[in-house]
Amino acid sequence: MKKSLSMLLAGMMLVGTLAGCGGNTAGTDAGNTDEGSASGAAFKIGGTSPLTGDAAIYGNAVARGAQIAADEINAQGGIQIELKFEDDENNTEKAVNAYNNLKDWGMQLSLGSVTSKPCEAISTDIYADRIFALTPSASSVATTEGKDNVFQMCFADPNQGTASADYIADQQLGTKIAIIWKNDDVYSTGIHDKFVAEAQAKGLNIVSETTFTDASATDFSVQLNDAKDKGADLVFLPMYYTPASLILTQANAMGYAPKFFGVDGMDGILTVENFDTTLAEGVMLLTPFNADATDDKTVSFVTKYQEAYGEIPNQFAADAYDCIYAYAQALEAAGATPDMSNEELCDAMIAQFTSMTFNGLTGENMTWDTIGAVSKSPKGMVIENGAYVGM
Amino acid sequence: MQKLKKYAASRSGRDTLLSFGIVIVAFVVVQALVLTGSISSSMKGLLVPICAYIIMAVSLNLTVGILGELSLGHAGFMSVGAFSGIVVTTSLADTVPSGVVRLILAIIVGAICAAIAGVIVGVPVLRLKGDYLAIVTLAFGEIIKNIINVLYIGKDASGLHFSILEQKFQLADGGKMIINGPMGVSGVSKLSSFTWGFVLILITLFIILNLINSRSGRAIMAVRDNKIAADSIGISTTHYKLMAFVISAAFAGMAGALYAMNYSTITAAKFDFNTSILILVFVVLGGLGNIWGSIIAATLLTLLPELLRAVNSYRMLIYAILLIAMMLFNNSSLKARLLEKRGMKQMEKLEKNEKEGA
Repeated sequence: MKKSLSMLLAGMMLVGTLAGCGGNTAGTDAGNTDEGSASGAAFKIGGTSPLTGDAAIYGNAVARGAQIAADEINAQGGIQIELKFEDDENNTEKAVNAYNNLKDWGMQLSLGSVTSKPCEAISTDIYADRIFALTPSASSVATTEGKDNVFQMCFADPNQGTASADYIADQQLGTKIAIIWKNDDVYSTGIHDKFVAEAQAKGLNIVSETTFTDASATDFSVQLNDAKDKGADLVFLPMYYTPASLILTQANAMGYAPKFFGVDGMDGILTVENFDTTLAEGVMLLTPFNADATDDKTVSFVTKYQEAYGEIPNQFAADAYDCIYAYAQALEAAGATPDMSNEELCDAMIAQFTSMTFNGLTGENMTWDTIGAVSKSPKGMVIENGAYVGM
Repeated sequence: MQKLKKYAASRSGRDTLLSFGIVIVAFVVVQALVLTGSISSSMKGLLVPICAYIIMAVSLNLTVGILGELSLGHAGFMSVGAFSGIVVTTSLADTVPSGVVRLILAIIVGAICAAIAGVIVGVPVLRLKGDYLAIVTLAFGEIIKNIINVLYIGKDASGLHFSILEQKFQLADGGKMIINGPMGVSGVSKLSSFTWGFVLILITLFIILNLINSRSGRAIMAVRDNKIAADSIGISTTHYKLMAFVISAAFAGMAGALYAMNYSTITAAKFDFNTSILILVFVVLGGLGNIWGSIIAATLLTLLPELLRAVNSYRMLIYAILLIAMMLFNNSSLKARLLEKRGMKQMEKLEKNEKEGA
């Protein structure tokens, strides 16, 4: 009996650690909070992002872009921002954990999640907790649907599909179109569905539709052969640049040279390691951000990013940078102070974001509707001599 | 009291008391913390997943520890339970307004569907043994994942619509997709709670511990220890193997339904090989055949990555090192010596008791 009692006590100790860690996390986090400012009078902005794992390239870009913006804003005096990202490994369960962790830290405003599925998972909590969220890159419709306090900085997937189809039809870029899309990805599927719908309305001829998933994202010979056999002269690639770079390489190896048309996920293809960038010559894409643009804002951002991290920022970094600036503008306009509760901030931000106009790296005169979707126009770009040129 | 003492002194009795004790005390303490508001939201968010993982670990222990067959596809059954549970709760959303009733129904249906999957997988698979069985369960886990990946289920006024590979049906106005192929499920209403997790753990422990200590349980262990000997005394090995495997699958389905109802969105990709291995790690670290060990291992290993958030980039490294350290300890002579010491003490005490009794 004594023995089992002592084991019971051991069990209780286990629970003790469980409870104790609550306090612990709060304590340690306060210690290592942040990089930017140390003042108590700062707005706490937090986001979950895949800092490790497959999607780390996007997660780190967002964390870095946001950090640059926060540093700039803090340096100006005025509004102070404390920024914190927690790793979600692009996993819904981990994203919820990371989000709860940020809540313990005292997050007042959220940057949602970088990727769509995790953002969808935490957005119900965000809605229930009344914390305002502006996600830099989670583009699926379900992220914002039915939640009045979740907003997007990137354009929602369907808009890109429609815009791409319009662009191809108006510029008469191709007569026979093939689509290769990733059917286990909300982003890719969302764009594909809208593209097909709009293509039918515009009278475009889609000859081949083939899919791949995460597990089969290494070999595209089946998809490319199908497109080739059916004589497609334009291949639409609604996906991120990693699989797209493989498609370009494999198409080249089999001697198939149609026009390739991508969306904003294609941005970054010139920075893929071990990828022959000459293969990307002539690839067209729609993107809200162009790192080669010559306006002051972009040049300053790109230089700072390169100095700090030694690489060219992609659109994820630019979207995150814009998010922080949009927050700064909205907080200033609302006259918000860091001692306001997240509920008060949430209401103030909803009022601001639905009424304000924002100029950033990824677009001029951006506005948000009440659903939380942004309106900005994608720019058509074509890759020439290893650089983007406006179409 | 005397009876209880005797029961506690027996090995099976001690294990039973211990398992229930740990769970009940943990529940009371955590519940008290929640009520007084002294628990952080990150811990609160972990409670339901921990409950689900405990049920997973305990049920897998039945296959791996008690039946002695290595199964690498346990997450597949969790997945079946999760998705069938979601179909139930979503399609009954209008007719059954009570969330609790829907959750119970979802858990029951999840368990039944996973048990059916267990029979389908178990009948061919359990003819194999050892490594071959492990590999085939692994394959079945992947097959289940891929089937759910191409499954489309939608619901509108005229009822449920099913299709495979692509969405071949059109939903009427007001219809809702329940499972949307590889994109999984979104907009699940969160019905799970810590209390329900606790109740499920108690049910699991009650059934599994009683099974282990029953005539069937001893038959299952006999099959594990020596199949030929078991055969020779007339135990139907196939029957008992299948029994343990299917019960284990049913509980995994229950855990899956509980787990899924805790998140607003879920995809089949979550229940992949990695999740199966994670559960197996819980079981192995807790000790094969040791139920309360599984409970503690599942709790600790789910908490650990979250506790290590403070050290950021080194998180996964430390997690891995701790895993290795625990494995080494489990296999070390130090542990053997400690156990021996404990055994000696127990013997002495028993002798003393007997003397006193006499």
